[in-house]
Amino acid sequence: MGSRSSHAARIPDVDSIRRETGFSQASLIRLYHRFQALDRNEKGYLSRVDLQQIGALAVNPLGDRIIDSFFPDGSLRVDFPGFVRVLAHFRPVDDEDNGNRDPKEPEPLNSRMNKLRFAFQLYDLDRDGKISRHEMLQVLRLMVGVQVTEEQLESIADRTVQEADEDGDGAVSFLEFAKSLEKMNIEQKMSIRILK
Amino acid sequence: MFLLLPFDSLIVNLLGISLTVLFTLLLVFIIVPAVFGVSFGIRKLYMKTLLKIFAWATLRMERGAKEKNHQLYKPYTNGIIAKDPTSLEEEIKEIRRSGSSKALDNTPDFELSDIFYFCRKGMETIMDDEVTKRFSAEELESWNLLSRTNYNFQYISLRLTVLWGLGVLIRYCFLLPLRIALAFTGISLLVVGTTMVGYLPNGRLKEFLSKHVHLMCYRICVRALTAIITYHDRKNRPRNGGICVANHTSPIDVIILASDGYYAMVGQVHGGLMGVIQRAMVKACPHVWFERSEVKDRHLVAKRLTEHVQDKSKLPILIFPEGTCINNTSVMMFKKGSFEIGATVYPVAIKYDPQFGDAFWNSSKYGMVTYLLRMMTSWAIVCSVWYLPPMTREGEEDAVQFANRVKSAIARQGGLVDLLWDGGLKREKVKDTFKEEQQKLYSKMIVGNQEDRSRS
Repeated sequence: MGSRSSHAARIPDVDSIRRETGFSQASLIRLYHRFQALDRNEKGYLSRVDLQQIGALAVNPLGDRIIDSFFPDGSLRVDFPGFVRVLAHFRPVDDEDNGNRDPKEPEPLNSRMNKLRFAFQLYDLDRDGKISRHEMLQVLRLMVGVQVTEEQLESIADRTVQEADEDGDGAVSFLEFAKSLEKMNIEQKMSIRILK
Repeated sequence: MFLLLPFDSLIVNLLGISLTVLFTLLLVFIIVPAVFGVSFGIRKLYMKTLLKIFAWATLRMERGAKEKNHQLYKPYTNGIIAKDPTSLEEEIKEIRRSGSSKALDNTPDFELSDIFYFCRKGMETIMDDEVTKRFSAEELESWNLLSRTNYNFQYISLRLTVLWGLGVLIRYCFLLPLRIALAFTGISLLVVGTTMVGYLPNGRLKEFLSKHVHLMCYRICVRALTAIITYHDRKNRPRNGGICVANHTSPIDVIILASDGYYAMVGQVHGGLMGVIQRAMVKACPHVWFERSEVKDRHLVAKRLTEHVQDKSKLPILIFPEGTCINNTSVMMFKKGSFEIGATVYPVAIKYDPQFGDAFWNSSKYGMVTYLLRMMTSWAIVCSVWYLPPMTREGEEDAVQFANRVKSAIARQGGLVDLLWDGGLKREKVKDTFKEEQQKLYSKMIVGNQEDRSRS
């Protein structure tokens, strides 16, 4: 009965996804409906085209980079667990996460460090663990389009790398990145709350 | 077994006769009022009874869910995530303020943290955006006993299942054949009637008959769908020489509007049954049909429409400027073509109540025949039509601004969300010009205005 069931049993591996991402059952059901809505041809997975068709994402200057984060290691499809795994980075941090956590278990996906890592990989295109001056320039160019000249962008990129770079290697490593943002309320700025 | 045989055929005959009589009585009972444009109020009573049954069904489901200690899935039309409506500038300033201890002045600057704004905005649109959900049927808050709208089926008790089964029986075995018979009658009367009127010489009699033939047939079609329509502000109805503009949800919109007014239709010439209907209709009064090749030529289309509009004896044109079917929760960008012609525009807002049957045509999912079948097996199509006061293009406005003004008026009246997005996004990607606007805004923040730069 009905092609769109809300029954959690319809979602494959729902329990393991819940444990891995920390989303509640109700949130997972809403995200599953969203996944199905984006999957226009009912293929069971999402391709880049499905995400590119979201109008509001296509006008986001970093839209392509964000879409890339769903397709790590050059894959062309993302299934529902993969989809939710990326979105889990943006789950708001609540106190019960920190209280009940078993220190032997891996860090939850929405920890401060993992949120920072997610933002870091938007800069670090070649995944070498460092943001080079060239990569900084590329991201800046994406965000401003044709509105700013090359010299202006280069001076901004140079200054930013200099400020954050501590060991003088001309690039910003993840730890340097995290240090320069240590005062920022990442938990709030990189969180999206799903309504119950 | 042997004893039953002679009585068998008698019973079958009796059944057959009584069913036919019942059927014919019903047809007459429904068609005669349609011809004269009166109503007995039976449909309103039907609607009230159904509403009570739906409320009861939802209560049962909630009770069933509570017993199992779960929560019912409740759809949200306004989106599933909590959003703050702040601008790009405000957000980025907020982020910078929370990150650095140095005093924030207004000198343009770049921070590593700026990326968080775009990152989060992007993720928000992936979780929930304004456009994608407009191209699928609106989700209902309470169940209306149709399996197609059920999201919580595991909480249905035996009583509800019986009720649902009864509903299926009534809809498919009683309402559906009745509606198909009515639709058939309506369409054939339209074709035959307009052809006959077409033989008359042009004059007052022809106009009068043509108007009434059209109205009568549309009213029969309205009853074929069990459409319960409430018209508001009928004094603002479109007049000759004007253009009637409405939001588009389904092909049924045409039937709904045309059963209350006499319009000239605009459209492409089709083959098959549609083509037959189109050719017959144009014999009785001048509609504007375009050949497939002519549709591409925008100047030709504009010329023909202008000619039609300038002839005051011709009927008001009916146009749907969105260009595609939207799911009736929002109004999308109006194409400027019809607003460039310079005629008076009569906006009309149509709002369907999806509780009794969702009229939205998801053309990528269902073909026309499947769609009509779904329409005819719903409980009813309930909608409200508002005729808004006429609008004309004012002094400095260009066609796009005029189109947006009309669109806002329609959205406000119908209680729909007013979106600037193009309905064409159903099938195509968005243009790059919108991205440039975002980039411009952000550049100002990191570089300042170009004039400041050149001075320093």
